[in-house]
Amino acid sequence: MDFSFTEEQTLLRDTVRKFVQKAYAFDTRSKVIRSDAGWRKEVWKEMADLGLMGAAIPEDNGGLGGGPVETMIIMEEFGRALVVEPYLQTAVINANAIRHGGTAQQKEQWLPAIAAGEAICAFAYAEPQGRYNLADLTTTAKKSGRDFVLSGHKAVVLGAPYADYILVTARTSGGQRDAKGVTLLAVPKNSKGITTRDYPTVDGLRASEVMFENVTVSPDFVIGEVDNALPLVERITDEAIAALSAEAIGAMKVLNDATVEYCKTRKQFGVPIGKFQVLQHRMVDMFMNYEQSVSITYMVTLKLNESAHERAKAASAAKVQIGKAGRFIGQQAVQLHGGMGMTDELNVGHYFKRLTMIDTQFGNVDHHLKRYAALTDDKAAA
Amino acid sequence: MDVRFSPAEEAFRTEVRDFIEKNYPAHLRGVARSEYDSREDFLAWHRTLYKKGWVAQAWPVEYGGTGWTATQRYIFNEESAAADCPMLLPFGLSMVGPVIYTFGTPEQKKKYLPGILSGDVWWCQGYSEPGSGSDLASLKTKAVREGDHYIVNGQKTWTTLAQFADWIFCLVRTDPNAKQQEGISFLLIDMKTPGITVKPIITMDGSHEVNEVWFDNVKVPVENRIHEENKGWTCAKFLLSHERAGIAGVARSKRAIIRLREMLAMEKIDGAPLISDLEFQRKVAELEIDLHALEYTELRTLAGESSGKGPGLESSILKIKGTEIQQRITELALEASGHYAQPYQRDLGDNEHVGPDYAELVAPHYFNMRKTSIYGGSNEIQRNIIAKMVLGL
Repeated sequence: MDFSFTEEQTLLRDTVRKFVQKAYAFDTRSKVIRSDAGWRKEVWKEMADLGLMGAAIPEDNGGLGGGPVETMIIMEEFGRALVVEPYLQTAVINANAIRHGGTAQQKEQWLPAIAAGEAICAFAYAEPQGRYNLADLTTTAKKSGRDFVLSGHKAVVLGAPYADYILVTARTSGGQRDAKGVTLLAVPKNSKGITTRDYPTVDGLRASEVMFENVTVSPDFVIGEVDNALPLVERITDEAIAALSAEAIGAMKVLNDATVEYCKTRKQFGVPIGKFQVLQHRMVDMFMNYEQSVSITYMVTLKLNESAHERAKAASAAKVQIGKAGRFIGQQAVQLHGGMGMTDELNVGHYFKRLTMIDTQFGNVDHHLKRYAALTDDKAAA
Repeated sequence: MDVRFSPAEEAFRTEVRDFIEKNYPAHLRGVARSEYDSREDFLAWHRTLYKKGWVAQAWPVEYGGTGWTATQRYIFNEESAAADCPMLLPFGLSMVGPVIYTFGTPEQKKKYLPGILSGDVWWCQGYSEPGSGSDLASLKTKAVREGDHYIVNGQKTWTTLAQFADWIFCLVRTDPNAKQQEGISFLLIDMKTPGITVKPIITMDGSHEVNEVWFDNVKVPVENRIHEENKGWTCAKFLLSHERAGIAGVARSKRAIIRLREMLAMEKIDGAPLISDLEFQRKVAELEIDLHALEYTELRTLAGESSGKGPGLESSILKIKGTEIQQRITELALEASGHYAQPYQRDLGDNEHVGPDYAELVAPHYFNMRKTSIYGGSNEIQRNIIAKMVLGL
């Protein structure tokens, strides 16, 4: 039993922490999220130069050869700084899709580019009608000779405004919610027939509605098996959930530390408000919520390479814990900061907003409670 | 025990409903206050009710009030909420107005009450300070007497809608040597007086509701003081108890749950309406049951008021449970919206909105409503009040 980090992993954490401390002062971030671009190319490049983009990409493909633990460390530090660049979408989701589902040629084509920071990728999995069901797809990819013709509307695609490629789930056969008939395609955003409507999100990111209208996609851009990509989509989504959990614990830690510090210094009725037992117990509950979230983040991270069933259960468990803890910690951090916690000026509200939105990504608490229960049932029946 | 309304009360309900139907401005129907475009939007409904003689529902008739019973006011609130009428701004009608007619001189009543009734004078509340939130009596803004003026220096904060205000009512320290509550006076200050600066505070949902108000050697005539010097805390306590009446927002929450249900009928999960989802049904049911209980708690309070007791300590229950329910409604609306809770749409052009209409503002509303458990005496302070005053702990 060992929960310690290797020397390299500790070094990686130090590197990332120093990098975000320098590049991501809160005031700097506030300016960036209000700017026209909404992100910084030079920050992206520096992430690549530091090796972060390829942290979990094999050395043969231009990466550092790390794994889920390295991703967790980076995402946790990014969560502490509320990094807005689409690292999750590019270096985690797209890189994993290619690693697990790509051909040797696709790996050679994409992974070094991702590691070098030369390919920015988004993940278009959600649709307006689909809620959190990954298989509820009205976007279709129809065979036309060798090629596929892609049509449909993808919702709230984070990072899409500045992406070069969009990883798209589409239906190649079957009914709207069938498990069979799902195909994954990595489509260059400049393909003819793609239009986007770009907008900011409430938590300072950028996203797009992406419309595909008879977009011709070469079979070279299909990732994994035609008609049978749902298991791959579930896998990369579960891995994304592990990374999001790490981001969330980074954000929770900042809120908890800020709240304790504030309650030690803010005086009312002649004493620091942290002297009031009712607030002490509240902060203890915040602390326990955080510790439980750290634990479950380690759990899901360590189970990502187990069987699909074990991995899925762990991911759903983590998403439930993170969703509940994120809500409690976010709400209480605001409450204990009083009026100041409500302001745009203080960082507290920004962390609260990010934690709130993490719950809406890749399925919320309710969705993953049901998924977890269903997975447990299946096993009992089997 | 009888909670049925009398035939006269039912007739009153019909009268109110008809009046709202015929007179409520259509362009404001269902628009949240945070989305209003202009000062006139805030005042439109106020002015309509003023013309009808219905604006000062809780005031005595002699000062221009309706003379309604508590039950009539309850019915009016229910009908207003059901028709999505905006809440009337409380600063004049529910806060400073009652203080003026209770503690003011005849001249002060004559000078200030008409503008509050007509809506021509917009008031804001100068209570909280950066160092004085829950501990209001520790306030530091000071007023030093010089002849027939006070010179006011200091800073107020969280001043709601001060950007539109003509006047501010302030708690100021007039005796720095007295015990905290005994050195405070209640002053009315014209916002146009030299030395006053209003600075916006943007809240995390992106809206501009609250402000800082700075006083730099502001000259205020002594005749603008309500009640005796150093007796302002009496006015403050009186006002706080009035502020809490109606804070439960039962009628508004009922309406908000209807809207939530409409939303759940439109949002789909695996092709079926989200409201058919058992987990969601259970959550909405729990919320409604909480609200039923709160409604009857409010009715019990009203009955107590009708029999001559003022708003009592139950008002702390109404504040705590009322705000918890309001927050829970916005939380469920946010959950229901799924992915479309994410776009920030306030600054988008008219044709640029994305996702279903019902999801457009759910996240900003959810963030904004976190304030309700903080303002008006935080819910922690309300629990302290119950512990101390009701349970005797």
